[in-house]
Amino acid sequence: MIPSKEEMYQALEERHGAKLQAKFQNAKVAVLGLGGLGSNIAIALARAGVGSLHLIDFDKVDITNLNRQQYFVHQLGQYKTEALSETLKQIAPYCQVKTTTIKVTRDAIKELLEQEDIICEAFDKAEAKAMLVEGVLEQFPGKYVVSGSGMAGISSANTIKTRKVLSHLYLCGDEVSDIKDGLGLFSSRVMVCAAQEANMVLRIIAGEFEP
Amino acid sequence: MIKVNGIPVEAEGKTILEYLETTNYDKKRIAIERNGEIVPKALYESTMLNDGDTLEVVSFVGGG
Repeated sequence: MIPSKEEMYQALEERHGAKLQAKFQNAKVAVLGLGGLGSNIAIALARAGVGSLHLIDFDKVDITNLNRQQYFVHQLGQYKTEALSETLKQIAPYCQVKTTTIKVTRDAIKELLEQEDIICEAFDKAEAKAMLVEGVLEQFPGKYVVSGSGMAGISSANTIKTRKVLSHLYLCGDEVSDIKDGLGLFSSRVMVCAAQEANMVLRIIAGEFEP
Repeated sequence: MIKVNGIPVEAEGKTILEYLETTNYDKKRIAIERNGEIVPKALYESTMLNDGDTLEVVSFVGGG
């Protein structure tokens, strides 16, 4: 039996406090890129009780994703948007999950992200990260963007930090470890970065703007 | 003098593109804010840096 909406909400209120939970419930967050960063970010935000999540990715779940991304073998071949929203239903059945299965271009940003309060960048390619961050901050100067950069390899997890780097941009990661240098991605270190991104999103919702 | 990520640099009179060409920044992997406002890549070539400008250059690496 799935708990009722009221039971779920009450449980969150007990843990987080009524004031904070009301803010989480009213927040609308977009997660762009549903790989190692995005799948973990979305799960953390859904668990916290963020009321609306917009999941955006063009790709399907592949066997090479299972080392770090929150998917299951039975989901291989499914679109990540569908697979992840299925998982989120098991965690937070009353979270409003919207999915868009597209490869994001600069021209798509306006319509795609108009409704969202906070934009969480979780793409894989550096060029795509730069395109999204620039496009959002140009077209929506009031929105906050939380972005991930530098989490490849297995060097110390202590080097992964959150910095406020522009007036509306927070950057999470060590800012140097690049997959182009042949470094692999490992679930533990990617999760540290994803957790930093999710935590910064929750802090912004709570009205805390220091990283 | 302008400031790039807090460091004084002599780049006044140059465009953003001209300044970037003197650095190791990869134009496709960065985002730039000038005096608190984002500068889209299409405007790097026409945006002139003036004395006292503050430039923040954010550089991205791959992986996610």
